[in-house]
Amino acid sequence: MQWETVIGLEVHVQLATKSKIFSGASTAFGADPNSQACAVDLGLPGVLPVLNEAAVAMAVQFGLGIHAEIPEVSVFDRKNYFYPDLPKGYQTSQMYHPIVGPGEVEITLEDGETKRIRVHHAHLEEDAGKSLHEDFQGMTGIDLNRAGTPLLEIVSEPDMRSAKEAAAYLKAIHSIVTYLGISDGNMAEGSMRCDVNVSVRPRGQASFGTRAEIKNVNSFRFVERAIAFEVERQIELIEDGGEVVQETRLFDPERDETRSMRTKEQANDYRYFPCPDLLPVVLDRAYVDHLRDNLPELPDEKRARFQNALGLSAYDAGVLSASRAMAEYFEAVKEVCGDAKLAANWVQGELSGALNREGLPIQNSPVSATQLGELVARVKDDTINGKAAKEVFQALWHGEGANADEVIEAKGLKQVTDTGAIEAMIDQVIADSPAQVAQYRDAEPDKRGKMIGYFVGQVMKASRGTANPQQVNALLKEKLDALC
Amino acid sequence: MHDKTLTELAAGLASGEFSSRELTQALLARIDRFDGDLNSFITVTAEQALATADRADADRASGNAGPLTGVPLALKDIFCTAGVKTSAGSRMLDNFISPYDATVVEKLAAAGTVSLGKTNMDEFAMGSSNENSFYGPVQNPWDSDAVPGGSSGGSAAAVAAGLVPAAMGTDTGGSIRQPAAFCGITGLKPTYGRVSRYGIIAYASSLDQAGPLARTAEDCAHLLGAIAGHDLRDSTSVARGVPDYIQELDAPLAGLRIGLPREYFGDGLDPTVASAVREAIGVFESLGATVREISLPHTHYAIPAYYVIAPAEASSNLARYDGVRFGHRCDAPEDLTDLYKRSRAEGFGEEVKRRILMGTHTLSEGFFDAYYKKAQQVRRLIRQDFLDAFDEVDVLMGPASPTPAFDLGAKKDPVSMYLQDIYTIAINLAGIPGISVPAGFAGGRPVGLQILGTHFAEARLLNVAHQFQQATDWHLRRPALAEETL
Repeated sequence: MQWETVIGLEVHVQLATKSKIFSGASTAFGADPNSQACAVDLGLPGVLPVLNEAAVAMAVQFGLGIHAEIPEVSVFDRKNYFYPDLPKGYQTSQMYHPIVGPGEVEITLEDGETKRIRVHHAHLEEDAGKSLHEDFQGMTGIDLNRAGTPLLEIVSEPDMRSAKEAAAYLKAIHSIVTYLGISDGNMAEGSMRCDVNVSVRPRGQASFGTRAEIKNVNSFRFVERAIAFEVERQIELIEDGGEVVQETRLFDPERDETRSMRTKEQANDYRYFPCPDLLPVVLDRAYVDHLRDNLPELPDEKRARFQNALGLSAYDAGVLSASRAMAEYFEAVKEVCGDAKLAANWVQGELSGALNREGLPIQNSPVSATQLGELVARVKDDTINGKAAKEVFQALWHGEGANADEVIEAKGLKQVTDTGAIEAMIDQVIADSPAQVAQYRDAEPDKRGKMIGYFVGQVMKASRGTANPQQVNALLKEKLDALC
Repeated sequence: MHDKTLTELAAGLASGEFSSRELTQALLARIDRFDGDLNSFITVTAEQALATADRADADRASGNAGPLTGVPLALKDIFCTAGVKTSAGSRMLDNFISPYDATVVEKLAAAGTVSLGKTNMDEFAMGSSNENSFYGPVQNPWDSDAVPGGSSGGSAAAVAAGLVPAAMGTDTGGSIRQPAAFCGITGLKPTYGRVSRYGIIAYASSLDQAGPLARTAEDCAHLLGAIAGHDLRDSTSVARGVPDYIQELDAPLAGLRIGLPREYFGDGLDPTVASAVREAIGVFESLGATVREISLPHTHYAIPAYYVIAPAEASSNLARYDGVRFGHRCDAPEDLTDLYKRSRAEGFGEEVKRRILMGTHTLSEGFFDAYYKKAQQVRRLIRQDFLDAFDEVDVLMGPASPTPAFDLGAKKDPVSMYLQDIYTIAINLAGIPGISVPAGFAGGRPVGLQILGTHFAEARLLNVAHQFQQATDWHLRRPALAEETL
């Protein structure tokens, strides 16, 4: 039988606010356990939540970024359940009236095709603390630093049909939130994680199969692997005459499998009701319009502009707009050198190669966008040739010299374009290579083209790479042919 | 000194007739002498009180005294007080020392008042008799066989017995007004949002409101002025200026339009209470007010709606008492579930458990629409009843409670206890202010007249109550206990 996979994602994005969603405590990552939990985060008797306006603004920006409806009124609800790292015994969330209504996200697949994935809604909520099971003999440690960190939960429709589509969707969300600057998108620190709903059905069947929810998947790679495993498990189960049960499962990246956590029967009744400590959030049009007017250019818009206005290829435009940091770097280089294609080549070639080798994000590049832009400008105006440019880049990368001109000057890499000087070098090389000249002369005219490479190399070497290669080529051919 | 009102004590402090230390010492001695049987305090903070009194005296000497500097009072044990046990009348919090002060506590301290301690109360403010306290029942100073009312029973009894001139309470369904009525004192529940709830241990968040219990409306006006106002830490507190409640007290009542809700004078109202209330209304007529009957047609839905909404909120608000971070934790738990079950089973009393169970049930899947949602609809209708009434009249009047204080142990059935709040509960659902003032006696036990106004009409209520107290002396009557000197 032919099976079709149906996937929906709930993506939890940690918003980059300075303080928590309902208290003034800091959200910084990595502090000593419980050093960033105030009375409100601890859920002490008598404390009350106060909504962080920055979290509201970020949620609305996201909504605008996915062209979603922004309802005028949204309401916080309490989701009631007991867990040691949930201090109040309830999580403040938005069940019935979320802050972001229906929207959509465009994803690009590997074959370059695009597909729209609908977003059902996105809502604000507070994160819980962390339970630490290691290091405590027979006990569990509780760290409440994370308790109250603002999360935006983005719930998709079941519109994805493969693990690749799910990963592409997650990447698109990552790209949007980092472009907007509303999250650092750092998956290793838990700034983005997702729950994956997976079901399978015979191809052509209209109704959905029974789904399993895989909790807390925290990398693009794991999303693909978890789905791949789960799809296979479900198909095998059904083909063996079994039935998929609605349940929550956990992905184990070590064993590359999902395991049952709890079935629907064991599921909590969360007893949602409106939080009486918080007023409904009322967004007036002017506020939303102000945020819309100040929205940065988003990945899709940027990619289109790179292609249409700058004349980059679809591939280059896609790579350079994939992250806000990459796009900003590229645009700064382009600004300085004045040539989009050269800038694109350098950012994707020499720079990306060096960054990958050292495992550095572009934000931490030792060569600044201005430095690279100045370097590319020297290539463009023929001050240096390509080979010398790579040498200059390496020098800048290692901090030898403040800018390209300084390095060019210090290393004497300025391109020699003076015909007289080049001719002098050529004459010397010809004089020093009688055997090669004889070979050249004896060769069939159509083989000579290949043989000229030796002489070019010798002249370039003599010029320490600074001679203009096109000129060297043309003059050599002229002089050698004159000897034949 | 203990027979003086808060207003008189403030004047005595201002004139130098006595110092705050002298006054504080005298009242601490009375607490020491009388509170053993009365049981109105859970914690007496004598040492801190004397230190605060000394600071108040020093402030006065250096010319930095405000109108309430050096005035002693007490706080219901539901207000978080830094460094002092804050129990909410529960075994669950018997070991809880709050690390912070409630906004009301901060404001009272800033006004220079001196807290003598924390008063007894029904556990988590759930009750109408103060019999639900982990720390035992409180006696009514008028009759040791009678309850003082609840849940702010300790605050009301302490004031009536002359242990403090005033005390702070909270009112979720009548918990200031009913004990004030039972103890023959004046108690004000402000508009929801008038006083910050920050640092008040939550029972039902959409209904809880703090207010003063004292001898007179004038005393209450002083205290409300000190505690009212917007608080950035409480999103439900209202950003609205605080009027000068004292200045408004003397406005004449000629032309005041009084409404008597028909539903507040029906079956179940003790005839002696009814006649005391009618007599009080006669006093207002003699002061130039006009009286007419009006209707609050949804009144009989108030108790059912309240007992859906309040327990629902309580079931969630009390989830944090799980034995993990603070409060009671059972001995040697086997596992997490055992820790939860036994800590909560041991820490909470019967009435609290009952309300948690009710609230958990009504919020459950499949019941939410039938209970919680319906109760919220009823709540809107009840509120509308009052708004419609206040289009016609300035204030509403009626009994604060259908009977005078009943005997300790008399109400075994929870529903009969719930029905005690029939005249007070709708006011919390509507969010409007109400005040109970002494208006006579029934069988030797005090009767309270309840006066209601529209949202933020506290100045008017205090004015109306004050004018009544200028024309009557019920509020000056004192139980034998309060007449006793050391």
